[in-house]
Amino acid sequence: MIDKLKLISHVDAINWNKIEDEKDVDVWNRLTNNFWLPEKIPLSNDVQSWNQLTPVEQQLTLRVFTGLTLLDTIQGTVGAVSLIPDSITPHEEAVYTNIAFMESVHAKSYSSIFSTLSNTKDIDEAFRWSTENVNLQRKASIVMDYYQGDDPLKRKVASVLLESFLFYSGFYLPMWFSSRARLTNTADLIRLIIRDEAVHGYYIGYKFQKGLEAATQERRDEIKDYAFNLVFELYENEVQYTQDLYDTVGLTEDVKKFLHYNANKALMNLGYEAIFPKEVCDVNPAILSALSPNADENHDFFSGSGSSYVIGKAVNTEDADWDF
Amino acid sequence: MAEIVYFSSTSGNTQRFVEKLGRPAARIPLYARDEPLRATEPYVLVVPTYGGGEARGAVPKQVIRFLNDEHNRSLIRGVIGAGNMNFGTAFCIAGDIIAAKCNVPHMYRFEVLGTPDDVRIVHDGLESFWKQQP
Repeated sequence: MIDKLKLISHVDAINWNKIEDEKDVDVWNRLTNNFWLPEKIPLSNDVQSWNQLTPVEQQLTLRVFTGLTLLDTIQGTVGAVSLIPDSITPHEEAVYTNIAFMESVHAKSYSSIFSTLSNTKDIDEAFRWSTENVNLQRKASIVMDYYQGDDPLKRKVASVLLESFLFYSGFYLPMWFSSRARLTNTADLIRLIIRDEAVHGYYIGYKFQKGLEAATQERRDEIKDYAFNLVFELYENEVQYTQDLYDTVGLTEDVKKFLHYNANKALMNLGYEAIFPKEVCDVNPAILSALSPNADENHDFFSGSGSSYVIGKAVNTEDADWDF
Repeated sequence: MAEIVYFSSTSGNTQRFVEKLGRPAARIPLYARDEPLRATEPYVLVVPTYGGGEARGAVPKQVIRFLNDEHNRSLIRGVIGAGNMNFGTAFCIAGDIIAAKCNVPHMYRFEVLGTPDDVRIVHDGLESFWKQQP
């Protein structure tokens, strides 16, 4: 059952003073600047808010977070690690080790949330649910299959879809709570995870596109077909998983819009066109505001009369290297 | 000659958005060894932000170098930001900073490569914007 462990056969001492791809350095710096640990977030301030949730909402929260824990565990111990042997540069290998570690931080941070807010019995019940939920397990096994396959480009597609699409059925809930001023510290922690996953999806998608550049047209067509088929396969499963979770609170349709919106962004990270039309991507503005506090500012100068448009809203320009 | 000036890293995301607009555009060079770009007519700047939560370092140094040229700065008429809402407060913050510094509108924001709707809105928007300019 255990496959032979695939490792790089030859390693040279990594020289960070000789860079082949500047993106490796940029992303390494970004990830290390963004580093955080769950202990820095005052999760205990959410205890009162947690106690005001209904039992159904509490159960939903625990289930959503065990699902996210599973994905982060996969990405930390298998996904990011499986990309290392396919690296083009030694610095790319180093970036994947950073990504793998942060995924383990993410997985651990859900346990911090659990132990702060809930109790052993309910936590155990939620973990049991996560191992028994067919759609969660199917999503895990679809991705795991590709990580263990022998195609480096397909592995990257699966990885970007996990980072940029599969997490979002789960991320919806803390953003929804946050928009109603509930579990706001938990939401702060989740936003840090979302920020990390956005860099991961961007970087792995970038390396995927670099790999495609060297491929024949026939191979590119094959990979594109594969990517879109995988999106649809995962999407169908994701809809069922969303129903399993959110039908109890009547949010399924709203979550599906969020899925479409994020599937589009995952495809764009791979360099492909968005496929879900805007009619099915009209995410609840409160959710977008929870993601990005300035999301609701009017930045469409082109449509409407412009009367609501504000020029020169004061921004913090402490940027040290910004002097004319 | 070029009504759009843009910066795009080696990822090429912003470049692809600009190419889809199908309007005359000039790219700010990536490397210091390259010949600096000099604007010759009024332009709208398209600039991405990919990063963490801080304003510091959000504006790409190549863009700073371009805007440090007083002549280039005098011809900017607006900014379009690219990025990802998942970066939270840093979403398109380079566009905010440049708009405030240069006192021009931050006209539009799009994510990653931009959707077909983003392309249409910006294409048509620029069309009528330039017609209104003296």
